[in-house]
Amino acid sequence: MLKKIKKYSEVIKETLDYNLKKNKKVVLMGLGVDDPKGIFGTTLNLHKKYKNRVFDLPTAENGFTGFALGLSINGMFPVITHQRVEFSLLAFEQFVNQIAKWNFMTGGKVSNPMIIRLIIGRGWGQGPQHSQSLEILFSHIPGVNVLTPSTPQSVRGLFNSSFKEKKPTIIFEHRWLHETYGNSPKLNYFTKIGKAKILKSGSDITLVGFSYSVINCLESAKILKKFNISAEVIDLQSLRPLDINTILKSAKKTKNIIIVDNGWSFYGISAEISAQVAEKLCNLKNLKIDRLGNKNTPMPSTKSLAKLCYVNPYDIVVSAEKMLNKKFKNLKKFKLKEYYADQPNKNFLGPF
Amino acid sequence: MISKKIQIKLLEEMLKIRLTEEMIAKKYYEQKMRCPIHLSIGQEATATGVCFGLKDSDKVFSAHRSHAHYIAKGGSIKSLLSELHGKISGCAKGLGGSMHLLDLNKGFSGAVPIVGSSIPIATGTAWANKLKKLNDLVIIFLGDGATEEGVFFESLDFASLKKLKILFVCENNFFSVYSPIDKRQSKKRNLCKIANSLGIKSTFIDGNDIENIYLKTKQIKKYIKKNSEPFFLLLNTFRYIEHCGPNNDDHLKYRNINTIKFWEKKCPIVNYQKKLIKRKILDHKKLTKLKKKIFNTLIKSFKYAEEQNFPTKKILNEFIDA
Repeated sequence: MLKKIKKYSEVIKETLDYNLKKNKKVVLMGLGVDDPKGIFGTTLNLHKKYKNRVFDLPTAENGFTGFALGLSINGMFPVITHQRVEFSLLAFEQFVNQIAKWNFMTGGKVSNPMIIRLIIGRGWGQGPQHSQSLEILFSHIPGVNVLTPSTPQSVRGLFNSSFKEKKPTIIFEHRWLHETYGNSPKLNYFTKIGKAKILKSGSDITLVGFSYSVINCLESAKILKKFNISAEVIDLQSLRPLDINTILKSAKKTKNIIIVDNGWSFYGISAEISAQVAEKLCNLKNLKIDRLGNKNTPMPSTKSLAKLCYVNPYDIVVSAEKMLNKKFKNLKKFKLKEYYADQPNKNFLGPF
Repeated sequence: MISKKIQIKLLEEMLKIRLTEEMIAKKYYEQKMRCPIHLSIGQEATATGVCFGLKDSDKVFSAHRSHAHYIAKGGSIKSLLSELHGKISGCAKGLGGSMHLLDLNKGFSGAVPIVGSSIPIATGTAWANKLKKLNDLVIIFLGDGATEEGVFFESLDFASLKKLKILFVCENNFFSVYSPIDKRQSKKRNLCKIANSLGIKSTFIDGNDIENIYLKTKQIKKYIKKNSEPFFLLLNTFRYIEHCGPNNDDHLKYRNINTIKFWEKKCPIVNYQKKLIKRKILDHKKLTKLKKKIFNTLIKSFKYAEEQNFPTKKILNEFIDA
């Protein structure tokens, strides 16, 4: 079968369309889901096709998250979209206290399936309040799935699987991933929730990433290959539940593991994974763990400083060099390209 | 005019709430009901008057002080008491406690203790009704404190925009825990006008006048259904015992003694009993019989709750996800 190459954002739109068509209970809601730009193209014109099921909303995040819960406990399947993660913080009460616990608080009698799409920004001056990922805040809370698709394939599969869930699901979409291309599976393709995926197998070192940090891991694996280092790249795909077994298996094999966060590593996803690897493989001789994340400051807007704050593939290679006790010759020539911290690709000209 | 039968029924409903709450308070010291309780003693008329005549398919949401609303909507007393006892037979299998009551068969959809947080969930339920083309009502009970929350405005705004069939009922008992309303809200603030300014019609009624609440909400419910419009109802009332727990806390002097006396005289149950006796609809003998009947059912329900099993570890395993 011929593989189709498609854009990540286009795959989201197709998948939403497919589920709207298949399930009359699905409704899309969020600020601007029916506007002329359609959430970076991911909901473009769906309101024309599904009248009365695609809703623009008032700017009342905590309120409309509660409205969505009201829809959900009455048999509908709402999909909320926030154009940046940061806006959803206004709805944190409804998320933590109500949505994550409704099924539990009702003794399991009432399910509240829904999808909350949170978009993470990066580069091009996004600055302190448009570039945070904050996955850790959401992954900490029992009662929800937290997913981080990094490819057109997994975004298709994880969205489809989320629509089958009885639990509420948070899907983190990285804005830069919207602009990426890859193999696009058929419309009814599913990815099992709670499973990590080995994107590239290797034997010398394990690189663990999720969401956009996977792209960094893959990029650094390419550089490492030039120095004859075989890196295994694991895409977590799901932060909660977490597939720790796939990580442990790889760590046992390579004995060298670097976990790359999408945001800050301090108390980050990488902290949880490092702790679990250390706890569960404490008898493994010569096991080395490192973790990388953004600089522990709010993200500056100016590109001259932002490039110092985001993790990049070069940082990962430097960490690997140290971990493996190597001295890579002329490594400096792989230092990141000027646009790297600032644009998803050379064609991206803003604004957000 | 209210039929004799309904008059008796209104009193019986209020008594059911009062006696249940009093027995919970009386037995609380035994340490068998181990969860925070916010009793509704004194606030029986608001719940009874508003919920009277609702269908099971009409849905009610509430907040931390929800026992009265749950009972008035027909919620099972056995499930309520089991929940307070932390038993598997509880309405939330012991996972929720007093602050998370529900009875899906009776349309009591949920209650949460974070102030104001059930308002948008109730509003979303009314929205679901609209999308599903159902003609059922949604009632959300909220306190005076909840009207200070952002979601209160967000929800009224949206209900008005979408023309939802929802009745917002504010029970103003003048205190948010120990914080008096005059420290929290400007004297110039007018809740009914706030609702009006968002395009929602509103009414104020004495929250201890059971007949007036019953009669007016009956009309309001019709209005909501006929016009497909939300409505805001403000009811002033008073809780007789402490915010959380089984005791009187007037020795703390956070409430003025004259205010307490004023509201004691306005007891919705004592006054209604007197009224019905005066109207010769009820006599002391009948009243005692009525109370006895409720009392006996309660004794049985407590016994039931006490005899049930606690949930086991198995139920927790269903929820572990990390």
